Amino acid sequence: MTLTEKILSAKVGRRVSPGDFIVIDADLAYAHDGTAPLAIKVMKENERLYRVHDPSKVLLVIDHASPPPNVEVAKVHEQLRSFAREFGVRLFDVGEGICHQVVAESGLVRPGAVVVGADSHTVTLGALSAFATGVGSTDIAIAFALGKIWLRIPESIKVLLDGKLKPWVTSKDVILNIIGNVRADGLTYLAAEFQGTALKHLSVESRMTISNMCVEVGAKAGLFPADEVLASWLRIYGADNGDELSADPGAEYKDELNFNLSKLEPQVAAPPNVDNVREVSEVEGTEVDQVFIGSCTNGRYEDFLLAAKILKGRRVKEGVRCVAIPASRKVFLELLRDGVLEVLAEAGCFIAHSTCGPCIGAHLGLLGPGEVAVSTSNRNFVGRMGHRDSKVYLASPATAAAAAVEGRIVNPKKYLS
Amino acid sequence: MGLRIRGRAWKLGNNISTDHIISGKYKFKSISSLEGMIPYVFKEVIPGFHEKVREGDVLVAGRNFGMGSSREHAPRLLKLVGVGAVVAESFARIFFRNATNIGLPVITATLVPRITEDGDIISVNLEEGVITNESKDVQERFKPYPKEILEVIRCGGIIEYIRKYGSLPW
Repeated sequence: MTLTEKILSAKVGRRVSPGDFIVIDADLAYAHDGTAPLAIKVMKENERLYRVHDPSKVLLVIDHASPPPNVEVAKVHEQLRSFAREFGVRLFDVGEGICHQVVAESGLVRPGAVVVGADSHTVTLGALSAFATGVGSTDIAIAFALGKIWLRIPESIKVLLDGKLKPWVTSKDVILNIIGNVRADGLTYLAAEFQGTALKHLSVESRMTISNMCVEVGAKAGLFPADEVLASWLRIYGADNGDELSADPGAEYKDELNFNLSKLEPQVAAPPNVDNVREVSEVEGTEVDQVFIGSCTNGRYEDFLLAAKILKGRRVKEGVRCVAIPASRKVFLELLRDGVLEVLAEAGCFIAHSTCGPCIGAHLGLLGPGEVAVSTSNRNFVGRMGHRDSKVYLASPATAAAAAVEGRIVNPKKYLS
Repeated sequence: MGLRIRGRAWKLGNNISTDHIISGKYKFKSISSLEGMIPYVFKEVIPGFHEKVREGDVLVAGRNFGMGSSREHAPRLLKLVGVGAVVAESFARIFFRNATNIGLPVITATLVPRITEDGDIISVNLEEGVITNESKDVQERFKPYPKEILEVIRCGGIIEYIRKYGSLPW
């Protein structure tokens, strides 16, 4: 069985196959200030659903527009707090972090868990060897109230990663390269399972970046096996580190993709689509007005450490604004203690507490007409980060930091080799 | 809701995202009210869509309709402004889930999306799995929904299904 089939079969209590429809218990269900209000509305409108099946399996996170940039959002945040109080549900309030990051850090997700979140980037938790998938508000209302979710068992695809990345190339470049190759609907309805010799060099943080963007090619989940790398990480975050978990040898996959990481150079997704991926050399010299380092894709410790290597002793180019937003308070504090935030502040970065903020065009750095941004986030659709005539290039924290220094897109190689 | 839909076509391309349908920046302007988001539906793709669309109209798109964010506001708003069904060459999975859960029919077809032009009259029979572009006189069969999903659509959504049957299908 593939890892996906193994996890879901264990959950159902019988062997399941791709195409089967199942109803299973979710080990964890969560929603945020963008999607929870609709879920709560659905629950309130239906007496049978206005309850929480098991508060220990439900989380709410205020992260999308946090703290509230306007009165409407402030009202919604209050609604989440009141729901959390009424049902004894744990709420991560303003500044605690972006949902996928705080859920990973919470120690509540262990290998083999089934996790549903009312956010497409819930797939991030596949890096913890969980079957984690994004669903809608109605799904989450049902999961909150009844503890259940309906699923169609996906076919799995094996993605083999071999080799070792150069110091100026990151897992963001790996997933952008994959997206450029398979395109925006290339893995629709499939569970991507990552394997290969490169995994031992990929930290859990790096894996989270890869799993995170699996949704940009339509995948239902993006899973890594539970190996030694994950076990050490889980110990730090207080999760029961669980057993090793991986696909059976000889498991049947719909297809297999191969990527050699040793040869990879930095990648950029040019506007207006995530699959419009180029090698950085092809867009080198593009002038930049804003740089955003953060989001659930690249707002972790190692991301800012890499950016700080480039920004240390240098200045953000005059006329460019560099917005740096760690993905959680935990990440923020670690960066603070280790002096990384000082490096960023001295370089002239605008540093904020955790929020999704600019990634979704909610607040803290929207783009004006014609403005160009390099962003470490995950989407570059028309108008995503501001005016419809603004442009977003998606890149790694290294490429983003180099763009902040030079005011144009460059290969970060010269700063990191 | 009925299992037959008939209305005018709105032709769209590939990779229409939920951001196109309702952008995050507008969503957070009126996050507490779905109705308040209506003026922003397709704002940067089809200006004035919410005023021009009529009850029962059908969106006809290319590949990967509804990609991106999981925001359920997207299919809900389409249903709220009167869209009767979405026909596309393929759908992003979360949009497919969300549309199903709220009782908005989504149909995967190949020929009709290719030959349809704006304003053509489209009719759909969900039970039989037939879609017709009446203006072009082209008919295509599609794989009908599994019976459980058909019942969800008939009920008007999964919440209504649960209300009627007391549990989830399957």
